[in-house]
Amino acid sequence: MSRDEVLRKVRERFAASIVEIVDRSPRRVYLEVQSDALVPVATYLFGELGARFNIASGVDTPTHMEILYHFTIEEIDLLVSVRVKLDRDRPSIDTLSGVIKGANWIEREMHELLGIDFRGHPRLKRLLLPDSWPEGVHPLKQDYREWDTTAVRDRGV
Amino acid sequence: MGHNRRARQGGVMGKTVISIGPFHPLQEEPELFTLTVEGEKVVGIDLHLGYNHRGIEKLSESKTFDQSTFVIERICGICSTSHPFAYTRAVEDVIGVEEPERARYIRTIIAEGERIHSHLLWVGLAGHFLGYNTVYMWVWKLREEILDVMEMLSGNRNNYAMFKPGGVRRDIDPDVIPVALRKIDGILPTLDMLRKAILDDPVLHARLKGVGVLTREEAIAWCAVGPTSRASGVARDVRKDSPYAAYDRVPWKMITAQEGDVFAKAVVRIMELYESVAIVKECLKSLPGGPIDLDLKGVPPGEGIGVHEAPRGEVFHYVRSDGTNRPVRHKVRAPSFMNIPTCTSTVVGESISDASIILASVDPCYCCTERLAVRTPEGRRLYTGPDLVRLSQEQTRRLRKEMGL
Amino acid sequence: MGITFKALLKSPWVFHLSTGSCNNCDIEILDCLTPRFDIERFGMRLAGSIRHADVLLVTGSCNRKTMERVKRIWEEQVPKPCVVVAIGECALSRGMFIHSYNCPVPLDKIIPVHAYIPGCPPKPEAIISGAVKLIGKLRASA
Repeated sequence: MSRDEVLRKVRERFAASIVEIVDRSPRRVYLEVQSDALVPVATYLFGELGARFNIASGVDTPTHMEILYHFTIEEIDLLVSVRVKLDRDRPSIDTLSGVIKGANWIEREMHELLGIDFRGHPRLKRLLLPDSWPEGVHPLKQDYREWDTTAVRDRGV
Repeated sequence: MGHNRRARQGGVMGKTVISIGPFHPLQEEPELFTLTVEGEKVVGIDLHLGYNHRGIEKLSESKTFDQSTFVIERICGICSTSHPFAYTRAVEDVIGVEEPERARYIRTIIAEGERIHSHLLWVGLAGHFLGYNTVYMWVWKLREEILDVMEMLSGNRNNYAMFKPGGVRRDIDPDVIPVALRKIDGILPTLDMLRKAILDDPVLHARLKGVGVLTREEAIAWCAVGPTSRASGVARDVRKDSPYAAYDRVPWKMITAQEGDVFAKAVVRIMELYESVAIVKECLKSLPGGPIDLDLKGVPPGEGIGVHEAPRGEVFHYVRSDGTNRPVRHKVRAPSFMNIPTCTSTVVGESISDASIILASVDPCYCCTERLAVRTPEGRRLYTGPDLVRLSQEQTRRLRKEMGL
Repeated sequence: MGITFKALLKSPWVFHLSTGSCNNCDIEILDCLTPRFDIERFGMRLAGSIRHADVLLVTGSCNRKTMERVKRIWEEQVPKPCVVVAIGECALSRGMFIHSYNCPVPLDKIIPVHAYIPGCPPKPEAIISGAVKLIGKLRASA
């Protein structure tokens, strides 16, 4: 399937859910969809187009919480990044880990670092942060501030 | 003398929980893998991360685009230049430019030099786990030759600081090239010797074939990358699928295997060494002239993605810019993040004496991930990491005896 | 310093402890064992366990998860006296991770450090040179 065919098929199939397609460059496409369409779109890319799930990147912006799910279709050298925009105060989306095993860890990471809830995730416990890290404090958010009064931030010279 | 926590619970029926310990017997480090065993068989595995988490993505947001390259280089010591490679490509992707021709070749030379030293490091460590300490010492001695070459070319054995958005930071001195080529040619005879010693050894065949198999379907389901997936028949390599730098300007082969076991992973890495040597030599010989840097003045608002085939697999960087001189978001994904979870499929069902070599076979970036230990369900430590390595070495000795060697 | 310490300094047992790092320093320390550098020439021997360490080579920036463990290891497992050598920028002061949300304090606020070997990573020659200097200094003052 060629690059144009892929885009055409995605447009047809998910017409109701697509917000925007940015055809950035021969190797890069950014596809924004409604958050409830993420799992069907990802299932289509992974299951039917044979794309490899690369990783997901959560981004905290002033107006919303965003997640980009990156898929690589190696046969046509194309990287499709599927963008979803979530509510900034209570970001929540269905888990992808049921469809793609490889998405399990990154959802746990986004949960602890950005506070995003992944509905239906089998085990949304901490991955990287220690147990002593306070609840509800998400370091990758733009409003994160140092909470640890015992931290030493100068070099002592 | 001895750990009181090391007491073995002999004759335990039913399930026992085991966590796997340090990668090197001379280190004391926290646990990563917790195994549940029934007798000698592994029936479950749990993975814990966070012991190396240094908040690099957040740190990057407070550095300029140029400074970030230096932070990124220290994500992992072994594949240190892979991260700057992907990151600088991501920044260039935001702007929509590509590095000049000479920079392409220099980047390739540095990246492949790193692949050589990284794969050699792995072979040495694997040799140690299997009780082949001579291999370990030999290979690490050979690795010194490559580190000398890297020092000649970049000024440092590790953390080369060669990459910058737009090209490379320093040029390669033409006087150094013939010396570097001679040194690289010099490692080939030892490489041949090692290859034969390892790949033709009947004990290693018996020890590693059919052990820790990752099927093609599992490799795809876990989204594994690098030699971990290529050894399972997934013929994917970023350098071929999406060529960049000088990878489509010099001839080389993608190495794959079909069996997906530990032996196949070893074969893929060893044969990739030869390809990397060929790439470095060709790039050094045909290094084109011209500028080494685009001299970028700023990064416009936008987003970009940069990928690179690191020794462990594809490394992925996503950068978002708002037009200031700092990344507003920098997502880093090391290959081991995708490869380590495959242990759920490869270790379960295997024997405890194979556990350490199977875990090592995905080449967990010694720090993109971490360590192991063995405990009872009550949390009492059963074995330490050195114990597990010893178990693995004993298994090799037992096999050798059985084979009459 | 008592007789025990003097005796230990004749041929100290060295153990390597990592507190969470990029592992470059750890690899360079392991390199010291390989034939090219071979620290055993200088009378240093490798301890099989931390409980036999006379000299502790510590790397890493001591992040939150490893902090508690390092303190516990130091208090419960490391026999005193033991000399601590911090190797690499991260062990010195956390280096570029000084503002990391997961690296709150430098190593020397958690355990005592007797020598610092800077570098990122320090070359094996630097590590050996530092360790030898330290042992020489301790012997001289013992």
